[in-house]
Amino acid sequence: MDGGAATSAEERTRARRTKRVSARPGGHGPRRAAHASLRLVFLLPFFLTLAGCAGAGREARTTLRFWAMGREGEVVQELVRDFERENPDVRVVVQQIPWGAAHEKLLTAHVGGSTPDVAQLGNTWIPEFVALRAVEPLGPWLAGSRAVAESCYFAGIWDTNVVDGVPYGVPWYVDTRVLFYRRDLMARAGWDSVPGDWDAWLRSMEDVRRVAGKDRFAIFLPTNEYTPWIIFGLQAGSPLLRDRDSRGDFSGPGYRRAARFYMEVFRRGLAPNVAGANIANRYQEFERGTFSMYISGPWDVGEFGRRLSPAMEGAWGIAPLPGPDGPATGLSTAGGSSLVLFRASRHKAGAWRLVEYLSRPDVQLRFRSLCGNLPARVEAWRDTTMTRDPFARVFETQLRRAVPTPKVPEWENISLRLQDKVEAMVLGHVLPDSALAALDREVDRILEKRRWLLAHERRGGPGGTGTAP
Amino acid sequence: MRGSVERRQHRAGWAFVTPALVLIGVFFFVPVLAGLFLSFTDFDIYAIGRPETVRFVGLANYARALSNSLFWQALGNTLFFVLVGGPLSVVTSLVAALLVSSKLTRFQGLFRSIFFMPVVTTLVAVAIVWRYLYQPQYGLLNWLLGAVGIGPVDWLGDARWAMPAIILMTVWKNFGYNMLIFVAGLQSIPEELNEAAELDGAGGWARFVHVTLPSLGPTFLFVGVMTMLGNFQLFAEPYVMTQGGPLKATTTVVMLMYDEGFRWWRMGMGAAIAFVLFVIMLLGTMLQLRLQRERRT
Repeated sequence: MDGGAATSAEERTRARRTKRVSARPGGHGPRRAAHASLRLVFLLPFFLTLAGCAGAGREARTTLRFWAMGREGEVVQELVRDFERENPDVRVVVQQIPWGAAHEKLLTAHVGGSTPDVAQLGNTWIPEFVALRAVEPLGPWLAGSRAVAESCYFAGIWDTNVVDGVPYGVPWYVDTRVLFYRRDLMARAGWDSVPGDWDAWLRSMEDVRRVAGKDRFAIFLPTNEYTPWIIFGLQAGSPLLRDRDSRGDFSGPGYRRAARFYMEVFRRGLAPNVAGANIANRYQEFERGTFSMYISGPWDVGEFGRRLSPAMEGAWGIAPLPGPDGPATGLSTAGGSSLVLFRASRHKAGAWRLVEYLSRPDVQLRFRSLCGNLPARVEAWRDTTMTRDPFARVFETQLRRAVPTPKVPEWENISLRLQDKVEAMVLGHVLPDSALAALDREVDRILEKRRWLLAHERRGGPGGTGTAP
Repeated sequence: MRGSVERRQHRAGWAFVTPALVLIGVFFFVPVLAGLFLSFTDFDIYAIGRPETVRFVGLANYARALSNSLFWQALGNTLFFVLVGGPLSVVTSLVAALLVSSKLTRFQGLFRSIFFMPVVTTLVAVAIVWRYLYQPQYGLLNWLLGAVGIGPVDWLGDARWAMPAIILMTVWKNFGYNMLIFVAGLQSIPEELNEAAELDGAGGWARFVHVTLPSLGPTFLFVGVMTMLGNFQLFAEPYVMTQGGPLKATTTVVMLMYDEGFRWWRMGMGAAIAFVLFVIMLLGTMLQLRLQRERRT
C-alpha cells in the first residue's frame, strides 16, 4: 500500500473514532437501542473492510511516539510534520510533557514498560536512565550514520552523553552559563570588559561596587542554586568526585581553592548572602544596580531583554566566565537536552531517522528560530544568523569551554548536598574546611552502592555500574 | 436441621466478608509486607535496572535513617506541626461547632456549609492562593499587618515563620471537617443534662466544662486521633508552598520519604522511613487512648 492510501485509511480510522464518540449519547432507551443495533447491522460489512484496511496501513506505516518537554514539545510539532513529508512511511505522535513532571513521568513509564520510542532528555539525566537500562546504546547507530558524528558537536556537550565510553544520546540543543553584567557600571569603574582571571575579576568587583553606591553589591550568587558552586570547582580543576566517581573530592586541593575564592567574595561583602527568593525580583535589582553581575544561561538573555526597562538596552551584556588562571580556565557547565532512543522501542530504525532529521544543521536553525534554543551542531553556528548575533558569539566561546559534571545517577543528590553546605558556609554556621570534609563524608555514603558495584565489576560478579556492556 | 442453618449462615457470612477481605489483603497487607521486606534491602536505581544487584542489608536502613540529622530535623518539624497545629485545629473546630450549634445563631446550615467549603476545595489551588496571601511585598496578609504598623514578614521565605504559616493555612483548610463531627457530638448530648445543670444553678461556663466537654469525650478521642494521624502525614502543603525550605524548615518525614524513594530512588531507605513513621504514629495513638482511659477512671 502506498503512502496516500495509508493516509486515507488513517483518516477513516479517525472518522470512525469520532462516529463512535458521537453515537454514545444516543444509546439510551430500548427504542434507540434497537435503532442503533439496526444501524450496526447495516454498517457491519463497512466496519469489517475498514478494520482490514487499517490493519494493512499499520503494517506499512510506523507510528513513532516522541516525548518532548515544555516549549520544545510545542514547536517540534512543526518540524515533525516536515519529517513526515520526507518519510511517508513514518508517523510521529509528539507528546508534550511539562518540564516539572517530565522526570517522574519518564521514570514511571520505564518501570511500567510504556516508554516512548524516542524522547528529549535533559543531558544531566542521562546517567540515571543508563543505570536504569532504559536507553539504547547508540554506538552501532552512530557507526552506520552519515548524518550524525561526534565531530559535529562541542566536545564537552557530546561528552555529557557518553557514560563509561558508550554514547547514549545525541545533543539536540545546548546551554551553558555565562556572566551577565552591567556594561555601563563596569565602564564607569574603569573596566571596558570583564577580566579573564579571578584576581582581576575580584578587583573589578570591588571597583564596580564602589561606583554603584552605598548598600550595593557586585555580584549576585543565590545560595539556593547549586550550579555556580559546581562551576567554580570545575574551573579550579577539581574533578568533584574521585576514584572512578565513587568518592567525593570536595576536600581536595582543587575544590578548596574554589571555595576559598567564592568565600572571599562573600567575606568582602561583594555578594549578598541570601537565597534567591529574598531578592524578590532579580531583574529589577539588576537594573537598580543592587548587583552588577550574575551567572546565568541563554534563557535569561530573552528575560533580561523583556524585563529590563528600554533605557537599559545596551547598558548590559554577557561575557564568558573568568577562570582562576585566565580565560582558558573559565570553564562552565555543559547543559542542554539530548535525543535518546529507548531500549524497549520496537521502531528504533524509524526513531533513529527522526533523530538524524532533527540533527540536520538546517533543521537545527529552524528550531532555533522557532524557540530560541541554541543549536547543538557546530555547522549551524557558522550560519550568518548566528555569527551576527553578539550574544551567540559569547555562548560559542563559552561552549568550547563547557565540561560535563560527573556522570553518575547520584549527581543531583550530591549537588543539593553541596548547595546545603555552601549555604551553611556563607551564613557562617560552619568553617569551609570542616564543611567540605563533612560533605565528602556524606557524598561517600551516597556513593556506597556505586563502590560496591565497581568492586564486583572488577571481580566479575553481578555488578558494574549498569552501564558498560 | 438447626446445625445446617447455622452452617448456611456461616457460609453466607463468609461470602459477604470475603470480597472485602481479599481487597484488603491484596491492596493493603501485601503491599505493606512487601514494603517491610523492601526496608531491609538497599533497593535503589541500580536495582531497577538490574534486580540482581539488590542486597539484603538488615537494619542498616533504619540505623542510617536514625543517624541522619535531616531525619531528626524532619521529625522535629513534623512534631511541631502535630503538637501545635493539631490542638489549634481541634480547638478551632470546637469553637466553630459551638458557634454554629448555638441557639442564638441564625442560618446555621449556611454557616456550616461555608465553614466546610475549604475542606472540599482542592488543596493545591488553596495552597497557591495562600502563597499569594503570604507574598512578602504584595501579599494581603502583610498589607493588613502593615495597616496596624507591623513590618513585613517574609512568611514562606523565613525559616522561623514558614512552618507557622503552613499551620495557619492547614487549620483554616481543615477545621470544617472536625467541626461537623463536633456538631454531631453536640447534638447527641441530651437536652435534659443541660436543663438539670441549669436547675442546679450552673452558669454557661460551668455547664460547658461539666456537661458539654465530658459528654464530648468519645468525639474528642476520635477527632484527636484522626487529626494527629493526618498531621503526621503532612506532605502536600509544604510540597506545593515551600518545597521543604527555607533551610529545610518545612521538610516533613513524609517529604523526606518521598525524596528518598521517588526522587533519589532509594526505595529501601524510603520504606524504612515509612515504617519508622508508622511506629511513631502507633505510639502516638496508644498514648491518646491511654490518656482518654485514665481521664475516664
